[in-house]
Amino acid sequence: MHEAIRFILNGEDVTLGDFGPTETLLDYLRLRRRLTGTKEGCAEGDCGACTVLVGRLTELGLRYESVNACIRFLGSLHGTHVVTVEHLAGDDGTLHPVQQAMVDCHGSQCGFCTPGFVMSLYGLWLSNAAPTRADIESALQGNLCRCTGYEPIVKAAEQVSANRPSALFDPLERDRTEIMAKLWSIRSEMETIVVKKDGAHSIVPASVSALTDILAEEPDATIVAGATDVGLWVTKQMRHLDPVIFINHLTELQSIVSDETGIAIGAGVSYTQALDTLSDELPAFGRLIDRIGGQQVRNMGTIGGNIANGSPIGDTPPALIVLGAELTLRTHAGRRTVPLEDFFLAYGKQDRLPGEFVEKVFVPRPAEDGHFAVYKVSKRRDEDISALCGAFSLMLDGDGKVENIRIAFGGMAATPKRARHVEEALLGKTWSWGVISAVRDIFDEDYTPLTDWRATAAYRSLAAKNLLTRFFLETAGQPQELRRFELEEA
Amino acid sequence: MMDKSTFETKSVINGPMHAALKHDSAHKHVTGSAEYIDDIPEPAGTLHGGLGLSDRAHAEIVSIDLSAVKAAPGVVWVMTAEDIPGFNDVASTGQHDEPLLATAEVQFHGQPIFAVIAETRDQARRAVKLAHIEYRDLPHWTDIDTARANNAPNVIEPMTLKRGEPETEIEKAPLRVQGHMYIGGQEHFYLESHIAMAIPGEDDEVTVWSSTQHPSEVQHMVAHVLGVANNAVTVQTRRMGGGFGGKETQGNQFAALAAVAARKLKRAVKFRPDRDEDMSITGKRHDFRVDYDVAFSEEGLIHAVDATYTARCGFSADLSGPVTDRALFHADSSYYYPHVRLTSQPLKTHTVSNTAFRGFGGPQGMVGGERIIEEIAYAVGKDPLEIRKLNFYGQRGSGRTVTPYHQEVEDNIVARIVEELEASSDYQARRQAILEFNENSPVIRKGIALTPVKFGISFTMTAYNQAGALVHIYNDGSIHLNHGGTEMGQGLYTKVAQVVANTFQVDIDRVKITATTTGKVPNTSATAASSGSDLNGMAAYDAARQLKERLIQFAVRQWKVAREQIEFLPNRVRIGSEIVPFDTLVRAAYYDRVQLSATGFYKTPKIHWDRQAGRGRPFYYFAYGAAASEVSVDTLTGEYLVERTDILHDVGKSLNPAIDIGQIEGGFIQGMGWLTTEELWWDARGRLRTHAPSTYKIPLASDRPKIFNVKLAEWSENTEPTIGRSKAVGEPPFMLAISVLEAISMAVASVADYSVCPRLDAPATPERVLMAVERLKAME
Repeated sequence: MHEAIRFILNGEDVTLGDFGPTETLLDYLRLRRRLTGTKEGCAEGDCGACTVLVGRLTELGLRYESVNACIRFLGSLHGTHVVTVEHLAGDDGTLHPVQQAMVDCHGSQCGFCTPGFVMSLYGLWLSNAAPTRADIESALQGNLCRCTGYEPIVKAAEQVSANRPSALFDPLERDRTEIMAKLWSIRSEMETIVVKKDGAHSIVPASVSALTDILAEEPDATIVAGATDVGLWVTKQMRHLDPVIFINHLTELQSIVSDETGIAIGAGVSYTQALDTLSDELPAFGRLIDRIGGQQVRNMGTIGGNIANGSPIGDTPPALIVLGAELTLRTHAGRRTVPLEDFFLAYGKQDRLPGEFVEKVFVPRPAEDGHFAVYKVSKRRDEDISALCGAFSLMLDGDGKVENIRIAFGGMAATPKRARHVEEALLGKTWSWGVISAVRDIFDEDYTPLTDWRATAAYRSLAAKNLLTRFFLETAGQPQELRRFELEEA
Repeated sequence: MMDKSTFETKSVINGPMHAALKHDSAHKHVTGSAEYIDDIPEPAGTLHGGLGLSDRAHAEIVSIDLSAVKAAPGVVWVMTAEDIPGFNDVASTGQHDEPLLATAEVQFHGQPIFAVIAETRDQARRAVKLAHIEYRDLPHWTDIDTARANNAPNVIEPMTLKRGEPETEIEKAPLRVQGHMYIGGQEHFYLESHIAMAIPGEDDEVTVWSSTQHPSEVQHMVAHVLGVANNAVTVQTRRMGGGFGGKETQGNQFAALAAVAARKLKRAVKFRPDRDEDMSITGKRHDFRVDYDVAFSEEGLIHAVDATYTARCGFSADLSGPVTDRALFHADSSYYYPHVRLTSQPLKTHTVSNTAFRGFGGPQGMVGGERIIEEIAYAVGKDPLEIRKLNFYGQRGSGRTVTPYHQEVEDNIVARIVEELEASSDYQARRQAILEFNENSPVIRKGIALTPVKFGISFTMTAYNQAGALVHIYNDGSIHLNHGGTEMGQGLYTKVAQVVANTFQVDIDRVKITATTTGKVPNTSATAASSGSDLNGMAAYDAARQLKERLIQFAVRQWKVAREQIEFLPNRVRIGSEIVPFDTLVRAAYYDRVQLSATGFYKTPKIHWDRQAGRGRPFYYFAYGAAASEVSVDTLTGEYLVERTDILHDVGKSLNPAIDIGQIEGGFIQGMGWLTTEELWWDARGRLRTHAPSTYKIPLASDRPKIFNVKLAEWSENTEPTIGRSKAVGEPPFMLAISVLEAISMAVASVADYSVCPRLDAPATPERVLMAVERLKAME
């Protein structure tokens, strides 16, 4: 067992054994290292002023991703390379092309959000040599700017994409081999790490099997993958968590396998990692993923976490429910599977036993001639929490009658929930405008939504009914959904 | 050593006035080296403050038990109102209606009651949660209608503007419409939350670093709370991470708390509220309800307007007086009202005290004015743009130039701006295409609107229209510039440096821009009302002009030439037949004992205002602009996209076109957020529930118009002799966003074949849009 984590910060090897389980990367950078280029704007992963890159080893090699340092706990950094804005410019002060483009395009005004934008643009620049406008906007969904109106920042991203003076100019390209070797060496020496500070414990298990052992002893430990939700328990609710088990480094939980039966998504697969597969297999699901959080949150957050935290407004559960997804839960003693829709018992209560963790979710392959759609409705299109999110899956028989239909909504009840009454009313009926119009009010039997700051109950009810209309029009070959970019542009 | 500038032959300096220079801190912004207050190395032993807040909207405080707070780890001191050595008051108005810490009564959810000073910020934040406060609830009201129903008092004397005979004339026109509109408030969401750090000095002195648009007021407030003279307090501000009006008065409390604790504990003390706290305890843009009554001809020509603008002011006056006044000053938008009565109703509510925000009531005034235009357009069945043009103020001599406040509009260019934009945006053809599209599209509907802006420039409080500057030339020829304006991203420091460089004809990198401090320039005004470069640019020019004059007189003496033979060329001066580098001249002047430091001063001419009479000339001039926006709306959900926006905006002769374009684009997007997705939502207990970016949604990159064309009206020059004939740019572009609201409104109107005014309230969230669609469908 080790008592310290190891990571690389910019150009420096760090071994750290004195931190609390909920100490954030942002506080570490600003307070302990005085790297003050990284800013705190909101401390909840929504504004992006704290954006840094975290490099980690994946199947695809060393991959750098933008993350929110404000809700990233130190314990999740073992075996990574943390890159802050201070690392970009040359030793002689020469700006990195990304920085220079921001200057040339007048991309900063007050400057407070700027380091975060620079890091998000840098992440894009590293991973995408020819980004479209859609790619750029997607990369910037997690960065708020209140001064510029974004136009010059998007121009900077376009201008810099082709500007790559030489491989050696960029610090991460230059040091890539060396960094990879160091990270491999850290991984190869992996043992379970337990860091104690002021009586509180951070646990970094060596493997999934070590995780099951630890959970057997600490069944009430808080399991943290992306921390995109748990982070706020700490920064906003000032909750004391102990022990915290970090699982984001467990590559065993990060496989996504697609075969003729369906897609198996490991609980540790981030939204970003899932995006390509889901976009290929289920384009509507892919579009939904693009509207979850900002890029930083998608890089950290996992589908497993989105399910495990049981939020009534989680974005993926309605779609997964109508697709008939099944959850695998695991303990020291073994595994069990439950249909996803049975996992959500009541508000804030899931069918997860002490010591149990979500291992994977399996999504059966929808029938070729079936219809599937998921629609998220929110006040702001991107990086917002759903007012409601409706998912539909439909199979018609040869006569155009409803053979099978599943409808599930988030935001309409205390848990993600099926519209059983509406489904029943549709079953066996001809899939027609008349039938749709006749059954829409049955939603009122399925849902009694609440009024809150995201929407009133009246709006939620009406929009849910109208989403059935939208789904009908889509199945009838008349899609009526606003999309900022058509597919060919994206 | 040979001075290389001896060989200078350049014909233009780097960074003259009117050049598109980059922001002076751009390089530091992108490298993360620009220093904000939280980035300044803390003095050893710095302590951190946390705030204990009311969790009632309106209640009597029965008891406060802070024993657990005091015993919490790291806590050094717990401060209540009793510990304030001077006055427990941070009311910027002098009305004494804003305690620094609440005592017997709390008046909004989130009002500070006590402060904790601890070794770390985390300890302070954890400790505040341990307080036990007992309340006795009192009746509360948080919105305008409930406040009206409870006969809520006004926080300040209302204002009425009147011209002509509105009471009788409103009966005389053939057509008349009455209605009302709700306009939501807005959170500033500067990316840097409020922050202050105080360091105690000798005797009664204290120095405060404050993220404020108004260092002088922070100085005065800190002195007032400490019970010391203003001269004991120095306030410094190098830059803010955004302000937008939210740091005009709202920084006072944090600076005062830090100063009291620093004096008491003899240690540096920093207060940096968490984002959620910042949003809960600092004021916002005022929400309004506008009740309007308009009489007009069958053609759509306005005859008389009678409107009441009622505002949610919060628990205290703060800036609600001038904000509601400015709403009335802009209720005419760009239109001539032959007979008019406008009344403000600044209502007290049990919410945080609302404050300045870009436009300062003007946007709400104009949104009401544009609603009136829409009402007329739908009533007479015409494109709202036609009605707008019909009712524009006229040119001098037209008999249609006098505003409701009896100031004549002398510089009107709105018609030309609108005409040029109508052509360049291809408005007519696109509107026609949209009408056709809507006929054939069952779910997705489009809308387009072209709306004008006319915004009055000057503080309506005449005294604030003054500014000071301090310029030194050191004996190596380098220049030190200081003025009373603050930098919040708007590029003020850059523009003023351009003015100074231009005056001396030296490259701008010779001009060191220094942090705003009350110790160098006293009694300054807030950097607000878009006035920063107008006032401080002129004050700096005045200082530079004096120094230049001294250098000229010195050269005349020393070289024995006529002053006409002296010319300032880039980085050098022609004196008779000789060319002298600027540095050489400066050094020679120093040895001749020429004073190389000067203060500059400026006060805006011509303006005066009598609030009681509702008459005067509150504005030195007007800034104009227009925007055309096109949107698509999903009539099943109310979701929308902004497809395209074209803007033509008037900044006079731009001091810096790059910075001005940035202000226009940014102002437009911020205004669009206000009118679309930014919604403040209080629950039944009076708690603001949209107090973080997770719940309060400002625009993202993916919300900006897909096509966004922004141009300056390059032919425009200020008719008044402002600095370089430029115009103010901070606030006016914000109101260009009204075009988005009106375009959405048109798309909604399409569901009832444009026969009914949609009366779409703001913010037009998808919910409000869908509900308007349903209302219109039901009326069909």
